[in-house]
Amino acid sequence: MREFGYQRVFDVSGAVAQLAAEPGARYLGGGTNLVDLMKTGVERPARLVDVSRLPLGRIETREDGGLHIGATVTNSELAAHPEVRSRYPALTQAVLAGASGQLRNVATVGGNLLQRTRCGYFGDVTQPCNKREPGSGCPAVAGEHRNHAILGASEHCVAVHPSDMGVALAAFDAVVTYETADGPGGAPSRGELPMADFYLPVGSTPHVETALPSGALITGVTLPPAPVAAHSRYRKVRERASYAFAIGSVAAALDVREGSVHEVRLAFGAVASRPWRAREAERVLTGAPADAAGFAAAADAELAAAAPLSGNGYKVTLIRNLVVAVLTELSEGASR
Amino acid sequence: MDPSTSSDITLDINGEKHALLVDHRTTLLDALRERLDLTGTKKGCDQGQCGACTVLIDGQRAVSCLQLAVAAEGRHITTIEGMAEGGQLHPVQQAFLDLDGYQCGYCTPGQICSAVAMLDEHAAGWPSAVTGDVRTEAAPPELTPEEIRERMSGNLCRCGAYVQIVEAVTRAAAERTGTRPDGIAEKPADPATEVSA
Repeated sequence: MREFGYQRVFDVSGAVAQLAAEPGARYLGGGTNLVDLMKTGVERPARLVDVSRLPLGRIETREDGGLHIGATVTNSELAAHPEVRSRYPALTQAVLAGASGQLRNVATVGGNLLQRTRCGYFGDVTQPCNKREPGSGCPAVAGEHRNHAILGASEHCVAVHPSDMGVALAAFDAVVTYETADGPGGAPSRGELPMADFYLPVGSTPHVETALPSGALITGVTLPPAPVAAHSRYRKVRERASYAFAIGSVAAALDVREGSVHEVRLAFGAVASRPWRAREAERVLTGAPADAAGFAAAADAELAAAAPLSGNGYKVTLIRNLVVAVLTELSEGASR
Repeated sequence: MDPSTSSDITLDINGEKHALLVDHRTTLLDALRERLDLTGTKKGCDQGQCGACTVLIDGQRAVSCLQLAVAAEGRHITTIEGMAEGGQLHPVQQAFLDLDGYQCGYCTPGQICSAVAMLDEHAAGWPSAVTGDVRTEAAPPELTPEEIRERMSGNLCRCGAYVQIVEAVTRAAAERTGTRPDGIAEKPADPATEVSA
């Protein structure tokens, strides 16, 4: 591991000023992904700015009835929060489906959004990887790619975003709030990005993952009020029963009235470089009969854009079946 | 050591303060084992995948291999060496001993630290990935073998002693709530063992 400086900060303005002054620095939250990547040499920061003790550890109910989740709230705290469990149950389920108790107690909401792909080529510094070393190539396209992207990828990168939490956040139209030191005279300046715009298309720049300005610190995530979210579910498929990354997952919320879909939210995990909001499927479903044939047709409409590689075509079938199963379960009334 | 890449820190471990100069690259795991001679905490994978290095940080379980020692300053750290009280093994330790919750023993300190904190999490009403209904208005999840397996899935045992580990955790949980494993109340809960979350 490369030697590095370390600084603990206690206010947001101090944190963003540190990163503005030293571009080679990185924020340290729980460190469950960053420290691991530093050990293998994938990440080589000159300095860590420890933001874990910033006053961003609260979940608050907003006046509009939504929730604001501070960036240093841990995954465990988020999953256990009474309002999240009752009003956005798929978010609790998504968080609990990820990692282990030990990691969820430490990992933060801000860090979860910024975690890196688990593509084996990205994690191995002896291999080419356009995400880690722009222009070096992508061995996954013709190599090991059974858990890689089927949607929104490019010839330059086919890695998937590993987050479970982000899939539920995408389904619920979450908005990421951040601060930078870009105000007049280096003063703090606030901004926000909806989940739909937070992750950038892969294109030819897979190393540029988010639309966050340089040096920005995520301060939290806002969940707008969404009554449909109270009737939601997250389902994850993985290669062992627990403590593994998804090979496919679905977050869904459904409101059925008189046999027709009144409102639906649908997002997929482990299929793209970002949590994949299935807007085409939502469009097809809205107003359609709430039955298995309708759910399958909606999944097919979304997956028409899928471009699987030679070794991951199973994901198209997997996601289709997951969509039908989760929506069927929700339409049958059990809100779990 | 280069002062720009090292720091004088004080770690609070099992109620004792330890002052040491650490290179920032030092993990809490390496500080415990290599600097403070607290070798009960084991190094397995060293990448957060096996749980052998589990300790408690401010009462919550965490893997010490992904925690930088410098970032652990100011936290209360409990290791397996700090689990017994007044010469009396922790009930989870005793249950592992009585029910053979191990074979080679290498993962055991991590299993025990993890189980101790997991029982607190369950007592606080936290759901898990196998909890049927996570909503707050649903009944708190019962600590079934399925729940224990899911909640302990961050601790791998290469000997495969899982059957006995689940039995040991089940017994420790029953002792804590004063019920026998068959669900029959045995004794009133001791308020001193109740955990606030």
